[in-house]
Amino acid sequence: MTTLITAAPVDDVAPTARAVIRPGVLPAPGAKQWVPACPVARLVPGRGVAVLLPRGRQAALFLLPNGMIYAVGNIDPYAGAGVISRGLTGDRAGEPTVASPLLKQVFSLRTGTALDDPEVALPTYAVRVQHGLVRLGVPHP
Amino acid sequence: MSTTTERPAGPTSTATRTVVVIGHGMVGHRFVEALRSRDTDSTWNVVVLSEEADAAYDRVGLSSYVGAWDRSALALSGNSYAGDDLVEVRLGTRAEQIDREARVVTTSQGEVIAYDALVLATGSYPFVPPVPGHDSEGCYVYRTLDDLDGIRARAEAAIARAASEGREANGLVVGGGLLGLEAANALRLLGLTPHVVEFAPRLMPLQVDEGGGAVLKGLISNLGVQVHTGAGTSSIAAQDDGRLAVELSDGTALLTDLVVFSAGVRPSDAVARAAGLAVGERGGVTTDATCSTSDENVWAVGEVAAVEGRCYGLVAPGYTMAEVVADRLLGGEATFPGADLSTKLKLLGVDVASFGDAMAATPGALEIVHTDATKGTYAKVVVSDDARTLLGGILVGDASAYTTLKAYVGREVPGDPGALISPAGAELGADALPDDAVICSCNNVTKGSICGAIAEGACDLAAIKGCTSAGTTCGGCLPTVKKLLVDSGVELSKALCEHFEQSRAELFEIVASTGIRTFSGLLARYGAGTGCEICKPTVASILASTSSDHILDGEQAALQDSNDHFLANIQKNGTYSVVPRMPGGEVTAEQLITIGQVAQDFGLYVKVTGGQRIDLFGARVEQLPAIWQRLVDVGMESGQAYGKSLRTVKSCVGSTWCRFGVQDSVGMAVDLEHRYRGLRSPHKIKFGVSGCARECAEARGKDVGVIATDKGWNLYVCGNGGQTPAHAKLLASDLDDETLVRYIDRFLMFYVRTADRLQRTAPWLDALEGGLEHLKAVVCEDSLGIADDLEAAMGRHVEGYQDEWKAVLDDPEKLSRFVSFVNAPEEADPTIAFDESGPRKVPVLLGLPTVRENV
Repeated sequence: MTTLITAAPVDDVAPTARAVIRPGVLPAPGAKQWVPACPVARLVPGRGVAVLLPRGRQAALFLLPNGMIYAVGNIDPYAGAGVISRGLTGDRAGEPTVASPLLKQVFSLRTGTALDDPEVALPTYAVRVQHGLVRLGVPHP
Repeated sequence: MSTTTERPAGPTSTATRTVVVIGHGMVGHRFVEALRSRDTDSTWNVVVLSEEADAAYDRVGLSSYVGAWDRSALALSGNSYAGDDLVEVRLGTRAEQIDREARVVTTSQGEVIAYDALVLATGSYPFVPPVPGHDSEGCYVYRTLDDLDGIRARAEAAIARAASEGREANGLVVGGGLLGLEAANALRLLGLTPHVVEFAPRLMPLQVDEGGGAVLKGLISNLGVQVHTGAGTSSIAAQDDGRLAVELSDGTALLTDLVVFSAGVRPSDAVARAAGLAVGERGGVTTDATCSTSDENVWAVGEVAAVEGRCYGLVAPGYTMAEVVADRLLGGEATFPGADLSTKLKLLGVDVASFGDAMAATPGALEIVHTDATKGTYAKVVVSDDARTLLGGILVGDASAYTTLKAYVGREVPGDPGALISPAGAELGADALPDDAVICSCNNVTKGSICGAIAEGACDLAAIKGCTSAGTTCGGCLPTVKKLLVDSGVELSKALCEHFEQSRAELFEIVASTGIRTFSGLLARYGAGTGCEICKPTVASILASTSSDHILDGEQAALQDSNDHFLANIQKNGTYSVVPRMPGGEVTAEQLITIGQVAQDFGLYVKVTGGQRIDLFGARVEQLPAIWQRLVDVGMESGQAYGKSLRTVKSCVGSTWCRFGVQDSVGMAVDLEHRYRGLRSPHKIKFGVSGCARECAEARGKDVGVIATDKGWNLYVCGNGGQTPAHAKLLASDLDDETLVRYIDRFLMFYVRTADRLQRTAPWLDALEGGLEHLKAVVCEDSLGIADDLEAAMGRHVEGYQDEWKAVLDDPEKLSRFVSFVNAPEEADPTIAFDESGPRKVPVLLGLPTVRENV
């Protein structure tokens, strides 16, 4: 068997995983309100939809052709307009991306970070699929 | 226990002692072979209990089972011990209990077998993390042939269903170590798109470091494996359609057809524990260096053994242990010497090697790293603090130096140790050509700074974009930037983007000749990765130029730029402008009244365009269908102002009204606009038709300019306004109506087939080998013999034209995409606001957020 026994038990995975990647960009742990978005079947692979969140916020929800579902903020931080959900998805060197439809800045769907401008980022939201319904996790106010 | 104890030695056997081997994996088999080859006096009887129904097979090469599905091909040679009376293998038989006092093993069949020596070769079992839903239907582990049969059945059903649903079938592998990547390869061979989720921040965390992991991730991703590092699996939930929704700890989710756990293994020590044998803190049967357990009659080999407290997950140390025990049973003095954990593998065709002190754990150790991002290689050597002795290293992408380097471990390196991994590199030079001219007006980048960037080593468009920002916004200057690159002597890649090495023209030929009609199909055969905002619209345009399907049909919908996707022009606040077609600038009074009423009812800002039509600004996405409906009802249609396609045919009033006119320019303009409306092309196309030489329609500033003569029409081509204005050049004179149309058909289709992405007709002609003379020969003399083909293609376009707006209004599924929010379709976007206090209505933008909102 060409495998080495992995050291870490997986029970304590989740909090560490958040620390490992870019902290502050990924959804923070904590209690969440799960906002219903739409049935999975409503999503067109490769495209996004806008989702209205409590307190007037909005998210852009994407289903990629490979099955991954991501949610990031819908407001384009460069343009100040709610258009991210209408951007084109793809990847850059494997990193899943969406390009703003206005001035084509490219954001990571995983971390929300603008790939050419690491100071700028979209917020990211946790996604959950249950019984075919997609929900987004937003923190309790 | 009613069964009597068996003494397996048959009547013909001369053996006096019995060794029972629990487990018939690779190490168990090696032990039997080693013992039998050395036991020349036949003193030992061997009984092997194999839980699996298959005798020992090559578990390391498990993924090679995929495809041929031939179990016998993986069988280890000699695993049936044919002709050897002293070995008995009991397949499908598990050891249930060990009674060390009585020295007997009870099997799952209820037999009780006496032993003089017992060898535990039970191996490991896959570790399944206790994630909610880990036992859902569709979750598998990756260890045995039976596991692979299960995965195969599930995968084949998933592929059939995915194909009928027009999507990819995919599988998720939990664990990005060696075994996880093996499992991903198996899924890939099965035809699934594999995802790999690895909790550590890199793949193969035990073998490679961060830099190597990054290169490995790039190489693996290019093979179509989706890699998610630094993420755990939080939950798995079966959906009503049988798929599994997997939630990752980084907040993302995915829908998958099956899940394979390869998150490491644990020693299969349950039966040993129950028998009271000493086990290690993290599992495994504790042995000394002779592989003897806490019971002198019991031995442990392979992955289940914790030799002096340490478990080994590689097969080579297991083989060594097998040899040690065989020797000991025959009175030898062998001990386990420790194992070299150096590994060199080809995973998914990617070389990975790790040797010696790969992680530079030695105090004072220095690391020398050489990364080549273009070739996708990573090489690192670890040397002692005086930089003289090689301690270890890591190679990813190219492991050809492995053998040499491994030989140097622990020795003094001749000369500079960095030279071991550094290929002779040459700096790329280019003459700086400073110039004040602004090339990229979006970002105010001058020719000087672009040439400067080239001089500093930016040798492709991406690099120039990265360091100058030129071309990162509208992309309109990219052909110019490309030209600068070529002029500087840099051999320029024609690659469309990182996903396609081909140029747009090459992709067009591929689509035309192969008949591939999907982006995913094109990507799978000719590209890499998942696409981007450059190649998707390009392929969408090619597909649209070669068929009359609606641009929002099926998978094509996901490729369209936002403008094409919503069949309107996006404006700075995310609202859209609507431009109905007015062929030749003609409009009826009723249509004009309706336009006015629509503008009034929806509060739209109205402006007349440069192309003799009317633009209605400020429509929200959910208002578009209602606006279109009213326009369609009075016989109007989409003006394709949003597309890289024919925009307008501008005309002067011509001979019907004008006292100077010599031909009916409006009639010709209307006919031409009707003929070419909806034609998708590399860039927008504009026409002009003037009724006399006074040229009131400014036709020579258009891609296609038609100017009336007293004998017919003069045809001018490749005029552009825009960033670099160019007057159209005369292609043919005094044409009759029919020849004019035929020449335009040929010209447009030739341009559509051969131009670069976003290359307008003037720069296209500039770059065309042979220039205008060549174009004249192709269009007017059919020098390439393709004229019929070009005309036929245009004929199909004209035949298949349909109004894109009406097609959406007639299709409830497409119509359903025109909503503000998927969960509140009636709600207007609260961030859209206008200011009407000034001379004209203008959008009010949100304040730009300066603080990241993390939720």
